[in-house]
Amino acid sequence: MNTTDTVPVWQHRTTGKRLLIWFGWLLLVALCVYSWQLMTRDTIWAFVADAPRQAADLGSRMFPPRWSYIEKLWMPLWDTLNIATLGTLLGVVIAIPVAFLAASNTTPSKVFVRPVALFIIVASRSINSLIWALLLVSIIGPGLLAGIVAIGLRSIGFVAKLLYEAIEETDRLQIEAVTATGASGAQILNYGIVPQVLPAFYGISVFRWDINIRESTILGLVGAGGIGVQLQASLNTLAWPQVTMIFVVILGTVVISEWVSARVRHAII
Amino acid sequence: MSGPAFRSTHTLLEVSQLSKTYAAGDKALDDVSFSIPAGQVVGLIGPSGAGKSTLIRCINRLVEPTSGTISLSGTNITGMSTSELRSVRRRIGMIFQEYALVERLSVMENVLSGRLGYVSFWRSFTRHYPKADVQKAFALLDRVGLIDHASKRADALSGGQRQRVGIARALEQDPELLLIDEPTASLDPKTSRQIMRLLLEICNEQHLPAIINIHDVVLARQFTERLIGLQAGRIVFDGSPAELTESVLTRIYGEEDWTTLDHETEAA
Amino acid sequence: MAEVNEGAAAPSARSDYSRYPGTFKPPAILIQRAWLRRTLWIAALVWLVLALSTIEVNWVRVAEGMERGWRFIKGFLTPDFTSRWKDISAGLVESLTMTMTSTVAGVLLSVPIGIGAARNVAPSVVYYLCRSIIAVSRSLQEIIIAILFVTMFGFGPFAGFLTLTFATIGFMAKLLAEDIEDIDESQTEAVRATGASWLQLINYAVQPQVMPRLIGLSLYRLDINFRESAVIGIVGAGGIGATLNTAIDRYEFDSAGAILLIIIFIVMLAEYSSGFVRKWVQ
Repeated sequence: MNTTDTVPVWQHRTTGKRLLIWFGWLLLVALCVYSWQLMTRDTIWAFVADAPRQAADLGSRMFPPRWSYIEKLWMPLWDTLNIATLGTLLGVVIAIPVAFLAASNTTPSKVFVRPVALFIIVASRSINSLIWALLLVSIIGPGLLAGIVAIGLRSIGFVAKLLYEAIEETDRLQIEAVTATGASGAQILNYGIVPQVLPAFYGISVFRWDINIRESTILGLVGAGGIGVQLQASLNTLAWPQVTMIFVVILGTVVISEWVSARVRHAII
Repeated sequence: MSGPAFRSTHTLLEVSQLSKTYAAGDKALDDVSFSIPAGQVVGLIGPSGAGKSTLIRCINRLVEPTSGTISLSGTNITGMSTSELRSVRRRIGMIFQEYALVERLSVMENVLSGRLGYVSFWRSFTRHYPKADVQKAFALLDRVGLIDHASKRADALSGGQRQRVGIARALEQDPELLLIDEPTASLDPKTSRQIMRLLLEICNEQHLPAIINIHDVVLARQFTERLIGLQAGRIVFDGSPAELTESVLTRIYGEEDWTTLDHETEAA
Repeated sequence: MAEVNEGAAAPSARSDYSRYPGTFKPPAILIQRAWLRRTLWIAALVWLVLALSTIEVNWVRVAEGMERGWRFIKGFLTPDFTSRWKDISAGLVESLTMTMTSTVAGVLLSVPIGIGAARNVAPSVVYYLCRSIIAVSRSLQEIIIAILFVTMFGFGPFAGFLTLTFATIGFMAKLLAEDIEDIDESQTEAVRATGASWLQLINYAVQPQVMPRLIGLSLYRLDINFRESAVIGIVGAGGIGATLNTAIDRYEFDSAGAILLIIIFIVMLAEYSSGFVRKWVQ
């Protein structure tokens, strides 16, 4: 290709493609700078400059944690675990039919039912459980019920999405064989599809339960029950040693639930 | 249920002018007609892509034929609604190339799934099958030599064992006809022969007609009494193994294919 | 004649079935020991009763709420984008700019930390330092970080930016470190054998193997950061969450419905376009 009188240049991309990639990066940088300027338009930099002092101040107030406060935390902790677990149950129960309606190989109608099921999944997934809680507290009043329903509503999309993907990945030959015996639709589901997706289903549910434990610890900030209620109260009264204590309890719970979830998932697979 | 002796006198399966064109435009079957009397074991041979698999899947309508008729003991299968289809499918046992067992269910549940066309959903859901069905399932597992494996999960078995479970599942249906799709393609030569022998024994014992879709000509010749040769979706041969001369094989497999196949035959 | 004999043999073979067992119990799936299974079931049942009994429901309040719930559903179906548009657009701009800047900053910072947290390329002191940064970031929830940052830096999107950046570091650096630990050893060895320096090693052996997944993960995190940006506003860290909070507090469910629909729309858009970009990168 290259004769001796021209300088050989080794390139692994064509010039046009390289230009395009450079242009893409440039665009990203420009977008980022613009975003930064828009975002910090109203930022009061004096507060930001003051942050290290504030942090030091906060640190000195937060430590040591008020260990004795734990006595008042057992009941909220029990509530938190119940919100997460009951909410997961609720979400899973609703997610199962939604997943079967959304999977392209089990949906009764690809034109009408499937898009609705997919919209339910996207809507549930896009909206954080704290926002669901905010809404539900305003609708049915503060308390555990709002928290459970919030966790349930958020879990539907998560569980249904992963489950319908698992349903779509099932081995078609096994389903064909069950169909060939003269099985009815419900029997094909029971013998051909369910055994294939059951392990995935257990894994997904436990995984979501683990996430829900984390999320349920803060639902109380908007009044939806659990340990977050104590957190909100302590924050309002600027009782920082109590806040630290609550953080410690939350951290402990999260670590334990993660361990349990990993163990259970390991046992299933 | 009226006894095989009665059936042996009439045509069990009648296929006439069957055609199948897939959505993509490929013509898989073109004007296929043949009939099978009760108790006959037929080998279906032909190169891959000749439409063998489509043909046997049309018979229990896992594949929907484009035109033509299929009738089993006088009942027209092609005109049936999906709900009527259930009662015909249970009369036709099917055995698959890759066993197609439900991997995560036990061996026994796989065999019992042959009764799905007969029992109610609730019975099958709770696994409370009628006593006679369970006894028959154990008897069949005994017949194929796997009674000690009844509680094992299907994916814990070897290939040959899985195919035996597949045979037991098909027989659990009390079928009038067996459709067998490449029963040995996933097995080693020795196991292949064992499985073929077992299938033939069972067909003879129960006077059960079968269509065996098989690409291995040597096995087909050895084990079946009648061969149908399919080429590009058309029947090009229908006769006894003795009539299957080299020139006929050339017609089925084409010149080049046949020479390579011939070498394989000599080697075997 | 033989056929007739065999026909007669079949029913007698059938009667032989009586010597086989007539019942079958499918094997247990998860727990083999029957007593343990039963104990766990009873425990679960007891827990369920206890848990349900500790929920105190004010049914009068719930009945009252049904009317508001209906109004929310109506608001969701007939959203009002116009009357609060100024607040909505301001919140949206904050959310989007926060998402953009924090994802970029988070990814940039997570690269050195991720490399530092990969056992096969980092010295052990650096390894433990980076791993502990990741552990802290991952175990603290966005909302909790946001509360702390709002206290330190004041209300507004800057605190939100810091929160999301911090959360992104934990997420990205962990996955990046795992990726680097999984890379093909023979390629790093081949480059090392040429006498390359540590930086050259990263550039030639590690980067090409990890880059496509890094881009994919960044896009995924962009999506997550947007969704989180809608939440941290509730504790004062700016973004559309604050607008949403106000709308719900005022029972303006048609405006709230509009905001939720915008969020859903943007998440869908992000998911769709990230799939497109990922295909393009590969």
